[in-house]
Amino acid sequence: MSKTLFDKVWDSHVVRKIEGGPDVFFIDRHFIHEVTSPVAFLGLKSRGLKVLYPERTFATADHNTPTINQHLPVEDPLSANQLKALEDNSNEYGISHWGLGHQKNGIVHVVGPENGITFPGATIVCGDSHTSTHGAFGAIAFGIGTSEVEMVLSTQCIMQPKPKKMRININGQLGKGVTPKDVALYIISQLTTSGATGYFVEYAGDVFENMTMEGRMTVCNLSIEMGARGGMIAPDETTFAYLKDKPLSLKGEAWNKAVAHWKTLKTDADATFDKELTFSASDIEPMITYGTNPGMGMGISKNIPNAEAVEGGVATYKKSLDYMGYHENDQMIGKKVDYVFLGSCTNGRIEDFRAFASIVKGRKKADNVTAWLVPGSHEVEALIKEEGILDIINEAGFVLRQPGCSACLAMNDDKVPAGKYAVSTSNRNFEGRQGPGSRTLLASPLVAAAAAVTGVVTDPRDLL
Amino acid sequence: MAYDKFNILTSTAVPLPLENVDTDQIIPARFLKATKREGFGDNLFRDWRYNNDGSPKADFILNNPIYSGKILVGGKNFGSGSSREHAAWAVYDYGFRCVVSSFFADIFRNNCLNVGVLPVQVSPEFSEQIFNAIYSDPNTQIEVNLPEQTITILSTGAKESFEINSYKKDNMLNGFDDIDYLQSMKSEIESFANGLLL
Repeated sequence: MSKTLFDKVWDSHVVRKIEGGPDVFFIDRHFIHEVTSPVAFLGLKSRGLKVLYPERTFATADHNTPTINQHLPVEDPLSANQLKALEDNSNEYGISHWGLGHQKNGIVHVVGPENGITFPGATIVCGDSHTSTHGAFGAIAFGIGTSEVEMVLSTQCIMQPKPKKMRININGQLGKGVTPKDVALYIISQLTTSGATGYFVEYAGDVFENMTMEGRMTVCNLSIEMGARGGMIAPDETTFAYLKDKPLSLKGEAWNKAVAHWKTLKTDADATFDKELTFSASDIEPMITYGTNPGMGMGISKNIPNAEAVEGGVATYKKSLDYMGYHENDQMIGKKVDYVFLGSCTNGRIEDFRAFASIVKGRKKADNVTAWLVPGSHEVEALIKEEGILDIINEAGFVLRQPGCSACLAMNDDKVPAGKYAVSTSNRNFEGRQGPGSRTLLASPLVAAAAAVTGVVTDPRDLL
Repeated sequence: MAYDKFNILTSTAVPLPLENVDTDQIIPARFLKATKREGFGDNLFRDWRYNNDGSPKADFILNNPIYSGKILVGGKNFGSGSSREHAAWAVYDYGFRCVVSSFFADIFRNNCLNVGVLPVQVSPEFSEQIFNAIYSDPNTQIEVNLPEQTITILSTGAKESFEINSYKKDNMLNGFDDIDYLQSMKSEIESFANGLLL
């Protein structure tokens, strides 16, 4: 029988099917971080359970870490306590731990792929909804709750009904200044923030085939923002080239054997999906959000839609614009910007810093803008220095911070003050997401750079 | 973690008819720093519920003494965003045992089922009826009957069925969780793992 990529990976990981219930689903790789794991370990302790396969779980600290002075003790006692709990639990159960200060430390969805922990055809979970990132490698990867973290630790399985399948096709040539982030924000704006709920998405078409792994990770990362549990892209030569010789990738004959298998991981020609959507690359422009969910995005040159023109409740829509301090029909170009955040598991990779640098090179940071440039990992940080990007951004008046989730969710001190506007390369513009009362405009690293040097929302195509 | 069994719940309900209520609103990230599952109910809807100085916001529904109960009725796409189970913990810890919506975000629904909060998905029309019934009489009793898989507005008699898979239903009725089940099949899991390439 014909199968989709998703079917092939899912079906090969079902340990048991329960009549009228979920599948018992085996997990190849499990990432944990300091925020969603402590209660799972408490659960293990109270039940007297062990970690079944500690070698399949990888711990890194990221959500709650400072992005300056990481060599000093963490000041916030609650944060320090969580970091300590992650370290202690990892040590107690024999789990690899890349804590603060470790050279491999960084955002879980950045360090996983760059160390070769992620691989095609794998099933990957983490107590973090942006685990969907790893789908870029042809893996089934999705976020889970803490109860499920406990299940994976103790049995390497979770219980999941198989989601429905959706394919999103985009063909054609992306325009100037249009990045993978814009492709993702465009799709979400078309589907709304709940348009893919209940589905697992496969992205197909030459737009995705032509993307780098960094770009594919950005797209898959944002799958959750349209409600999908995850998104995936069939592995190909780009995928294999990225993974070859990564520290934890297979080597020698084992690598060759694995690649031969991974090449079979694609959707059969006559396989069917529960839903199939097609968009055209030429319709996508640099995107920006104007509201309080990632579905409230539009081409940067457009005006904010009328409440009547959008799907959903008028009251909710107006509450959202009120929160943002915007009005229907407002133009986004020229809107004031107070903060710029470059980073996160969505756009904290080397390519994102290259893009940012391409615009700020030879220009100066606007005086009214506070900019936080936060690499996704120490490896990204090292590349920024190696490629001369650090010099470019320093000359333009920016400083580089240390790796972590930072202002994406503002659990640490990187908080945007109430009422201030932040152009952010992260993934969520929910009320208060970047600090109580903060207002977030989601965009690509190019749009962020354009805002950082002009102090207002600016079309990056004018600066390229 | 053990939770109370769920059978038939009859209660008044709290209406929150906003759409796309995300888990960052249900519990903001800065309240996720605990290493124990305690006290999350105090921060449920923190930034909608309290001013910066900690005083209650009078216009938020949880601060309105007219509305109370063990059932929270939300708008479409309730629980979107972050996978934080803390959101479901906060809902449970505050005292809600059931959330009703015309549409749930996936992970939140899953998390609720794992911690003993019953997510009841109803049609948009029935959701409207519930809101109208509560607004016209805040003492309206809603009956959520898990064995029968029905939800009834007792004052009007309006009733609708809801779906839940038989495995999860059994768990909720008995207060079991998935770990109990998974532990019972450990040798099957181990032989499966032995057959994997990686």
